[in-house]
This record gives sequence, structure tokens and C-alpha cells, in this order.
Amino acid sequence: MRIALFITCFNDTLFPDTGKAVVHLLERLGHTVEFPPSQTCCGQMHFNTGYRPEAMPLVAGFVRTFGGYDAVVTPSASCAGMVRDSHPVLADQYGDDQLRREVGELVPKVHEFTEFLTDVLGVTDVGAAFPHRVAYHPTCHSLRGLRLGDRPERLLRAVRGLELVDLERPDSCCGFGGTFAVKNADTSAAMLADKTGEVTSTGADVLCAADNSCLMHIGGGLSRQGSAVRTMHLAEILASTEGDPR
Amino acid sequence: MSGTMDGRGVVFLGSPAFPDAARTALADTRLRTNLRRATTTIRDKRLQVTGELDDWEDLRAAGEAVKRRTLRHLDVHLLRLEESVTRAGGVVHWAADAAEANRIVTELVRATGGRDDETREVVKIKSMATQEIGLNEALAEAGIAAYETDLAELIVQLADDRPSHILVPAIHLGRAEIRDLFATEMARWGRPAPEGLTDDPAALAEAARLHLREKFLRAKVAVSGANFACADTGTVAVVESEGNGRMCLTLPETLITVMGIEKVLPSWRDLEVFLQLLPRSSTGERMNPYTSMWTGVTPGDGPRAFHLVLLDNGRSDTLADTVGRQALNCIRCSACLNVCPVYERTGGHAYGSVYPGPIGAVLTPQLVGVEHAASLPFASTLCGACYDACPVKINIPEVLTHLRAEVVEAKRAGRRLPSPEALAMKAATAVLVSPARLGYAQRAAALGGRALARRGRIGRLPGPFRGWSDSRDTPAPPTESFRTWWRKNREGEQG
Amino acid sequence: MSSRENVLGRIRAALTDVPTTESPQDVPVPRDYRRSHAEGDLVDLFAERVADYRATVVRADVTQAAEVIGRTIAGRGLTRAVVPDGFPPQWLPAGDRTWLRDDPPLGVARLDAVGAVLTTAALGIAVTGTIVLDAGPGQGRRALTLLPDYHLCVVRAEQIVGDVPEALARLDPARPLTFVSGPSATSDIELDRVEGVHGPRTLDVLILTETS
Repeated sequence: MRIALFITCFNDTLFPDTGKAVVHLLERLGHTVEFPPSQTCCGQMHFNTGYRPEAMPLVAGFVRTFGGYDAVVTPSASCAGMVRDSHPVLADQYGDDQLRREVGELVPKVHEFTEFLTDVLGVTDVGAAFPHRVAYHPTCHSLRGLRLGDRPERLLRAVRGLELVDLERPDSCCGFGGTFAVKNADTSAAMLADKTGEVTSTGADVLCAADNSCLMHIGGGLSRQGSAVRTMHLAEILASTEGDPR
Repeated sequence: MSGTMDGRGVVFLGSPAFPDAARTALADTRLRTNLRRATTTIRDKRLQVTGELDDWEDLRAAGEAVKRRTLRHLDVHLLRLEESVTRAGGVVHWAADAAEANRIVTELVRATGGRDDETREVVKIKSMATQEIGLNEALAEAGIAAYETDLAELIVQLADDRPSHILVPAIHLGRAEIRDLFATEMARWGRPAPEGLTDDPAALAEAARLHLREKFLRAKVAVSGANFACADTGTVAVVESEGNGRMCLTLPETLITVMGIEKVLPSWRDLEVFLQLLPRSSTGERMNPYTSMWTGVTPGDGPRAFHLVLLDNGRSDTLADTVGRQALNCIRCSACLNVCPVYERTGGHAYGSVYPGPIGAVLTPQLVGVEHAASLPFASTLCGACYDACPVKINIPEVLTHLRAEVVEAKRAGRRLPSPEALAMKAATAVLVSPARLGYAQRAAALGGRALARRGRIGRLPGPFRGWSDSRDTPAPPTESFRTWWRKNREGEQG
Repeated sequence: MSSRENVLGRIRAALTDVPTTESPQDVPVPRDYRRSHAEGDLVDLFAERVADYRATVVRADVTQAAEVIGRTIAGRGLTRAVVPDGFPPQWLPAGDRTWLRDDPPLGVARLDAVGAVLTTAALGIAVTGTIVLDAGPGQGRRALTLLPDYHLCVVRAEQIVGDVPEALARLDPARPLTFVSGPSATSDIELDRVEGVHGPRTLDVLILTETS
């Protein structure tokens, strides 16, 4: 199985440790991962902000980059959701028959990271160790977009030493929403304030999620409030071992 | 109610834009407390009663399919409804827009004759369609008083306020405010509030009962909306709780029902789906206290004259959009409002429309034209809670992104120079189509970010990112992007 | 052009994506949902669900109808009530009570002042705890069950169906129908539920069973 890592432009630039964690973990599980260097962005920001024609070159680029692989794994639920739900919409609206066909063939091969572990590789215990109190925030794209269900929690529960604590109102949006946080900054901040309060009240050391974008937003709020709670992508927890702790 | 009509005849304030209106609402801490409590309560009730039905998803699928069948052949169903209602002794009127519907209703009220003081007033059942067309204001201009009889609508009317929720229009007001309002305003409209009125909800409901009863007993004309109308039988249904609907539908001599054309159902049998979906989704009850159904007129029981006004008012335009069309599935249950994290913080007034919340964000721009409501499709994080809650499976996030694209295209068409945002998006694409350019940008961002950062964190920023950075730190971009790390560590390139 | 033609024309123009050969019946409606969600004894379920709305439920054998009705309304302090035509006379308790007939039709002020009404029902729905009135014998016109502040509704056990689809299949849409699920209520003030606004504030439901 030829596995490609789709790091996403956001993680590539701001959260490279998440990508390294994915690579280390998959290698530890005995798989070879490739990083097609021509990859850039799925076009989510453009699509969600209404700039559809501007997203088209990115859809075409995505198909060119990843078309030849058996599996594409990405540590971002929202980008996986963009590819799965919106690339077909864009291909229908602006693409030709060939692009529609290529998108249709590629989409089923694109997996969010926890889906890839549990559904494609069939593992739940990845041999990780992380002796901390951890809260998991199901991001909207994990929960309602991809319907990851309890996959992330199953993976976290198998981590040695990890104490998983419940977040109050786990299904409520953190208020990030991409450009929403800029266009509707006040509403976003009000949602964030509720979320950071809920995170703090868990007493967790670490808040994790399957999307660094939401974590950047929540972590940014926690940092501004002087909170000691760390935010970490789920993959970094799963990559952590006794010999190589994070 | 102080609304203005847009060009197409939908009561819509349009200004201020959502982000500004939201800022005002967010500053009202009591409003936020009221909303948080109310939406949380309804959410829990809804989840409980929908959870009782193990085939809830099958019911949703059926509801969506019935609506699809309805909309794809709307002309056929409306003609059939017209025939059935007429056969049962009703009169059907067609209104292309708000002005026409208001004119029809006004003339019908005037034609009921009788003594002046009788015909110069109508009693009303809470109805979104008549709010949408500003019927009360139009009747007032014609010298006809329209009394809202739903408790929350009465509160809003006495306060000269605007509804802020589809189902609970006075959700933004607390009991103490309502008490004061009743004590000062009821006397101006009829029977005054009892002496020594307290803010106990039961006492307030009793005051409303007494105030409205004299209006019900003397009313000659009632105006209602409709939740459903069955094309095959001509049966119209109104779903309610208080009994004010039954009063209006039963006691007056003339009943005028204003109904959006999308409310028709192909068959009587289809009600078996919606009478399960609607109460459980809206009030979180297995069944609402009262549902009235009538077919034309029944001698000796209820009104002697029944008029059904079929209202287009932008709906056929909405129908023409094959993606946006699904917004016409809406049965006005308001489940999407109650689960929406944005609505929970801002309340309904920020949406500037009689249709607030997620459904308002997709319906209002389609009814009034996206160019007039350009901020509404962006008033969402696309979190998807509304889609999951919707009993007729309106994919609201899908319609939101669709309308965002229409807003952007409308703005593009309307200006000679691209907006700063459009330029930024174009520039982003130019960078992102090329891995090399992305690499340069990453190095630039790392340098710039580090220059701005203190201890790895970027604090407050000026310009367009002020709103973002006012409440959040941003991590400084690391010196090494992932792709650089990969090249060095997996492809053996020397740094 | 009339508004009727105008609206219909606009609708047809909006539906150009629908093939002209497609008829409404061609649009599939999956009806995989249950006909009924009722489990166990229908009468028990109906009684439980009606009581959930804070209506009072009384169960009795049909032979004891008059006695139980007498006791129930006495418990409410009532001595008179409107009784629509067709209400079984053998169910009316004896004694010093006034039964008002709606013939000639009672005026609204009179109905408002009477304060109580006894009726039968068209059917009951177990899952939702709903009684349905269709203006049939013993039920009268709609105003009779609306203006008096007290409503005692008699439902025979065999009239109780499981769920909404079964109920609609039995009802005649040509008749004026009122679905009643508990007393009038509002949650408009801070979502605090208050029973009784405009409709009857007190609803007693008497379920009559027949011993075979």
C-alpha cells in the first residue's frame, strides 16, 4: 500500500510537529509514508469564504499530487471533510469530465488520521504512552462532518498512563470557523470564552483534537488568559512513547 | 414593529450588518443569560423526545422526500389544493408579493361589513408569513387593528419590539420586563392588567387570558398562517399550544389564512410524518397541546367564510436555485436556532429578519436577494449542528457556502476594483498553486512571525486581524516548516 | 396576467431542472418509518402519556361511567356543564345538576360563563397522549370544548390507537378536527411552562373499559 501524507498547508506552516508525529507513528507501526512535495492546500478557506473559482486550481493540484496513491492520510478533519464533501461539488460546478472522474476516484482514498488508524490499519492500541490528564475536543468537522464517532476516544483510551476527562458540552463549536473568527470576531470570541471555561474546568493538562485550526483558536484563548493547559494534536499524543515522550 | 420592506416585500432591516448587530447583542449580558438557559432547555427536551423514536432518521428521510416531491411539482400541488379548498367552500387567492397579499387581506376584512368598530379589528394567530409581509402594519395603515393573540407575540406587540425567535418570539425578554410591560401597556389596547400583577409566569399568562378573551369573544375576522395544507383534501392545519389559535379558527365569522406556497403537502397521509417531526423538533414535546385542522367551511361549526391566500413573495425565486431550494423544506420548527452556537450568543435580532438563526441565514438572503443580506451567509461557523437537528434535512451548511459564493460573485460584478478580501484570496491561490511559492511564503511568515512574537506567541495585532488577536494569542510560525523537515530528514538533503 | 397565472408561471419557470415526463408520484418517498411506536398495552400507554401533560386520567368500567363522572366533576366543584348532542345519556350522573344542550346554539358569552363541558372523543392516540375531536356525536361543535374552562373527555378503550399514522388513517379530513394533548399551555415566558392560557385550563380524561 502506497501511503501519502497530506500534511495540509496550515500544519505544514504552523504545526510541523503534527506531521512529524504522523510520520513517526506510521513508521513505528511498520508503514512507509511518502510526502509528495507538490502538495499545497485543499482550498477550504477559498471555498468556505465564497471564492470558488479561486479554489479550482487547488482542487486540480490535489488530484495531480495524490492521484497515484492507494491511501492519502491527513491529520486534519476539516481538510479531509473539504476533500470528501466539497471537491466533488467544485468538480461538478467548474470541472470537466476528467476532473469529475479523478475526484470521484480519489475521494474514497482520502482518510482523516484516526479513521486511517482504526478503519484502514485496524489498530486501536498504537503502543503510545502519555501520562497526563487529557481532554478531547471533538471538532465540528470530526463530529458532524466526518462522523468520526468514538474513534479518537478509542485510540486515546488505549494510551498508557493517559487519563481521559470529559469536556462539558463537547459537541458545541469552539467558534473558530475559519474566516468566521475574523469576519465575526466578537461572536467568535464569545464562543471561545465559553469553550476555554469548559476546558479549564476539566482540570486537564492537555486539550487535544483532530484539527490544529480549532486548537490554535482555543489554545490562543487559553494562552491569553494565562492558562497552563497545553493544546496538542491527537497525533502527537499517539506518537508519544515512554522512550520518546512529548 | 419597526421594520422596513425591501424591494421584494420582505420585512427586513438589512442594517446594521450581522457582525455589528451581533456586537451590540453580545454586550447584553442578561440577553445572553436568557438565551443560554432557554436554548439549553429546549435542546435537552428535543433530544429526549426524538431519542424515544428509534426510526427518527427514517422519519426525517420521509419528511425530506415529501418536501422534495412537493417542490418539484409545486404548481400541480397548488392547483390541486385550490380545487380541493374551493370544493369544500373556501375561496383561494393568489398573491405574487407582499403588497398584493396585504391588499387582498385588507379588502377581505373591509368586505366583511358590519358595524365599523367590529370590522376595524382582526385577531391574529402567530404566523411567520404575515410577519414576513408586514401585514399588521399594512392593516394599521388601512385603519384596521390587528391583535396578536399568541402570548409571546402579544408581548412583542405591546413592547413595539421585534420577535427574536421563530417559536418563542419574546425569548429575549425576562419576566420582570414582561410584567412591567403588561402593567403599563395593556390598558392602551383593551382590558388593563389586573392590579398588583406579579412577574410569576402563571399570573402573566392569566393577565393575557383576560386581556385577550374580550377580543376573542367579539372578533368577527381572524387572520392565521398555516403549518400545512393537504392538496388532495384541502385540509389546512395549524399547530399551537395556548388555544389562541383555536379561538381564532373557531369563533369569528370570517377566517383569512395567509400561507407560503411551499407549505402545501401532496396528500393528507403526509401529515403522519410532519405531525411527528414538528412537535418533537420545535417544543420538544411528543405532541403540542392543540392542532386544528379544517377543510373549507363546516355549517354550524366555525367560520362561515374561509379565504386562503397563497403567497409567493420570493419563494419562486428561491425555488429556481437547485441548491438553495431546500430552504423551502422548512417547517418553522426552530430546532436549528436552538442548537446554533451563534444564535445562542447573539439572539435573533442580530439577523435583522423575521427569520433569524441558521434557517434565516439561508432563507432571508434568498427571499430578499443576496446582495441585500450579504453578511448573513457568513454568520455561521459551518459547525453543522443545524443540519443534524433539522427534521426535514435542510443541509444548511451546504446552502450557506453556496450563498457565500453568490455574495462574492455579486460583489465582483458590482465593483470595478476587487475588494481587499478578493485580492487576498487571489494572492493566496497564487501562492498555494506552487509548492515553491508556498515554501517562500512559509519562510517569510516564520521571519515575520518571529519578529512579532514574544516567547513564541504573537499578541495583539492591528488591521483586519485585530478582532482575532484581541482575544487570542497566535503561535509564532516555527523556523522550519514540515516540508523542510521532510527534505532534511527523509530525503537526506543537507540543511 | 392574473396573479394566479403569474405565480404559476414563475413556479414552472423555476423548475426547468425537473423533466417534463416526471410526475409527482415519480419522486420517491421512503416510508420506512414505523406505523406505530406503541409498545405494550395501548390503554396503559395512553393513560401514562396523557398524564405526562398534567391532565388527570381516570379509568373505569363502562358500567360505572355515570358514577365516576359524577365523582370527578363533584371533585372539581362543578354542578353544571354543557353536554353535546349524542353524549350517551346513561353516562350522565343523576342528582341536582344542570346539563346544558347546545340547541339552539349557545352564545359565546354563555359558553364562556358555563365553565364546564363533557364530551366523548373520536379517538385517542397512545404514544402522544392525544385525544382527537371530530365534532361527531357527543362532541359538538369546536367552540364547546374551547370556551369552558373545564373539559371532561370520555374515551372508550377501543377508540385508542397506537400512533399518529394509525390515527390519521381512521379520521375523516372533511370534518373539523382538533387534536388535544393535555390542557392549554404556554412556555413563552422564560420557557417556564404554564398550564392554561386560552383553552380549558383543566382537562380530565376518563377512559372507559368494557369487562367482557
